[in-house]
Amino acid sequence: MTGQVSYDDVKAGAELAPVSYPATRLSLVKYCGASGDFNVIHWNERIAKSVGLPDVIAHGMFTMAQAGRYVTDWAGPQAVVVDYGVRFSSPVVVPDDDTGATIELSGTVEEKLDDNRVVLALTARSGGTKVLTRARAVVRLP
Amino acid sequence: MAINRDYIGRTYPVADPYEVSRVKIAEFADAIGDPNPLYRDRAAAQAAGYQDVIAPPTFAIVISMAGSAPAVADPGLGLNYAMVVHGEQRFAYSRPIVAGDVVTAQATITSIRDAGRNVMLSTETEIRTLEGEHVCTAHSTLVERGGAA
Repeated sequence: MTGQVSYDDVKAGAELAPVSYPATRLSLVKYCGASGDFNVIHWNERIAKSVGLPDVIAHGMFTMAQAGRYVTDWAGPQAVVVDYGVRFSSPVVVPDDDTGATIELSGTVEEKLDDNRVVLALTARSGGTKVLTRARAVVRLP
Repeated sequence: MAINRDYIGRTYPVADPYEVSRVKIAEFADAIGDPNPLYRDRAAAQAAGYQDVIAPPTFAIVISMAGSAPAVADPGLGLNYAMVVHGEQRFAYSRPIVAGDVVTAQATITSIRDAGRNVMLSTETEIRTLEGEHVCTAHSTLVERGGAA
């Protein structure tokens, strides 16, 4: 958490400080349970590889949630996310080790809209590959 | 089996009401590794102007999946779920989801189109309170690998 951002203080073109979040096998097991999405490619290496994946992969929605956290941590508790969309361009591959994968987030204030809204353009990478593209969040700031 | 394009425009029945609990929100926030107090601490949420704890933005997927499941699993549609990956996701919110909300989800198949060897299935799921207040619309695109007609 970084405190509260106000609309008047935000400048179009400003960059958000980059942040990295981990994704481990335990993260995926927990996300399966919490979301109800038990697709085997998120926890079973044998089946993931048998359908042509390099290893177990994170749920796209887990990755989207990390970018969502990046937005809400930046914007602060008084901000409201009014629109949030992504395209899943590449999977986050999560190896069976103690470190797992790392999801690296960066973003810019793309545009200031009326009604105290700002558009954030987000980038998420893992293992040197873009895992989200066309990621945009519209946030209403105080 | 090819996917059935006659299903474009089909709207599915409203899912059973979903009661949003503080416990489920906290479990979801733990699972995504987000320590934000708005998802756990009622006093923090009230200080931000809410009645109770709110849900993270992507929590809406838990509810929208209940609405879209009958579409995705509809045998007449013929989606091969083993070959499905998530292509795109978007949420348009009228307001955050708050603990204590009782909401329903209703899905419509908005498009089915080929993209190279794949087929893309798009759904739109509306989440509303029992009183009809709009909370969120979830737009999902699923990709069936190798499913093009």
